[in-house]
Amino acid sequence: MMDGSYTPDTLTQEQRIRNFNINFGPQHPAAHGVLRLVLELDGEIVERCDPHIGLLHRGTEKLMESRTYLQNLPYFDRLDYVAPMNQEHAWCLAIERLTEVEVPRRAQLIRVLYSEIGRILSHLLNVTTQAMDVGALTPPLWGFEEREKLMIFYERACGARLHAAYFRPGGVHQDLPPALIDDIEEWAHAFPKVLDDIDTLLTENRIFKQRNADIGIISEQEILDWGYSGVMVRGSGLAWDLRRAQPYECYDEFDFKIPVGKNGDCYDRYLCRMQEMRESTSIMLQAIEKLRAPEGQGDVLARGKLTPPSRSDMKTSMESLIHHFKLYTEGFHVPAGEVYAAVEAPKGEFGVYLVADGTNKPYRAKLRAPGFLHLQSMDHVAKGHQLADVAAIIGTMDVVFGEIDR
Amino acid sequence: MSTDLHDITAQLDARMSDAVVGHEIAFGELTVTTTLSHLPVLVRWLQSDESMKFSTLVDITAVDYPGRADRFEVVYHFLSMYRNHRIRLKVMAGEDDIVPSITGIHASANWFEREVFDMFGILFSGHPDLRRLLTDYGFRGHPLRKDFPTTGYTEVRYDEALKRVVYEPVSLVQEYRQFDFMSPWEGADYVLPGDEKKEAAT
Repeated sequence: MMDGSYTPDTLTQEQRIRNFNINFGPQHPAAHGVLRLVLELDGEIVERCDPHIGLLHRGTEKLMESRTYLQNLPYFDRLDYVAPMNQEHAWCLAIERLTEVEVPRRAQLIRVLYSEIGRILSHLLNVTTQAMDVGALTPPLWGFEEREKLMIFYERACGARLHAAYFRPGGVHQDLPPALIDDIEEWAHAFPKVLDDIDTLLTENRIFKQRNADIGIISEQEILDWGYSGVMVRGSGLAWDLRRAQPYECYDEFDFKIPVGKNGDCYDRYLCRMQEMRESTSIMLQAIEKLRAPEGQGDVLARGKLTPPSRSDMKTSMESLIHHFKLYTEGFHVPAGEVYAAVEAPKGEFGVYLVADGTNKPYRAKLRAPGFLHLQSMDHVAKGHQLADVAAIIGTMDVVFGEIDR
Repeated sequence: MSTDLHDITAQLDARMSDAVVGHEIAFGELTVTTTLSHLPVLVRWLQSDESMKFSTLVDITAVDYPGRADRFEVVYHFLSMYRNHRIRLKVMAGEDDIVPSITGIHASANWFEREVFDMFGILFSGHPDLRRLLTDYGFRGHPLRKDFPTTGYTEVRYDEALKRVVYEPVSLVQEYRQFDFMSPWEGADYVLPGDEKKEAAT
């Protein structure tokens, strides 16, 4: 039927109304980047939702096959660009598993510290932009102020606010200066107050509740069917967290709680994220304490074939100089094998499936992004909701197209 | 964890021996190889069996080995949130083979299979909507195959005269930099400049 043609039913004098198709995005601010949704609407009710992704596809996996392991590391910052270091972590873990390298304790603690900073970065962005998607303007302004401070901590550790390339196979690139650790501690003590402020803006806000409560309810069976991970699981009452269930790095030493929701709706997931930020702050403080303890001192790189020699060695030893040159030109060789390394990224389980063939380049690397699975269930979750709820659902799924499109 | 994995392999051998071609535990991970025809049965069993409960599909991907008779290796990762263990399933598939879709068992396989189809050109039978996923509308070729060049075949630009985006064959102002890191002392099997004189002298 053509647009605008009018065919009244002669018997009942009723007009037949066809469903309405609209494009949501790719330039809509609530599309969180470049999501194009083809929505079929019956009035205001979503009948069908077909996400078109790939508008940010950069062929990362293909590019990785022709670069050395170390050159591939910065690609991970560009996946989920909201929490870059968490992705690097998965890549480093995969390489370390294959090469059987033990990471020094200080590097492990720094990794935990910065992973939690990444988690707060991501959750702050998600919580506050979700508030913006449903109509609040102040939370992003408040949240981004804190994100700015955290990104300065990134910058002071590695020189870049976003594209960090700080976690390296075998450790982290540089040690943290004591002043930076002091500043992070000061921030971590002040941050719960800011969270309380955001809390007062949103948690009991009538409009925020109306827009989020009972929207996008996820049941346990749906979690399994659609392969959810992260907050999408915890919001529905399953205490599943890779940091606890399959501990990596030294997360088993840390004392933290796993917040779970009750109803599995957007509002519960918001509450989970808020609570997780508090838990992350507490993990950061614990990590700082451990970093200052005598056991937390020492080198930040497992010196060996994977990592460069120290600068002073290079000045005196010819072998070290050759090692440095070969490491940054040819790179290190990883023994043949395959491994799947996953971390609990802020958005869920981020995994790397790495197939190594014994050369200096990965034969195949598959990046498993949590947002990919979350977005794929968009049709299932959004069906029957109103058009305005689509923005809330996209927000709660925490999609970032850097990692979905790869 | 590894004792768990040995339990799983023992169970597999005892109850699904006809579906399992081989299994291996490496780096603390269990890899099970199966065949195309047995794949859905095995996945269904892994999902529903009380001692397995691999209820979450983590990932589907493929690896291209152009030198092999069956060129592709389709790799499935499963996770059990209840038993807290993981498993990796592998099937070999030739270029003309059609892999049975597991969307009926795990709904989340939908996009993964679309992606594998898009990137490798592997067909899945029984998939409800096997369209391209990540590449451009109207894209041709399968980028993650090893014989697909990293630069691709077409490039796009906005044409000021035509007032639209135009597709053109790739033209590089500088040759694409693919460095050869093989050491001339070990492993390299090509003739280095000057080596041909050795042949002439003998």
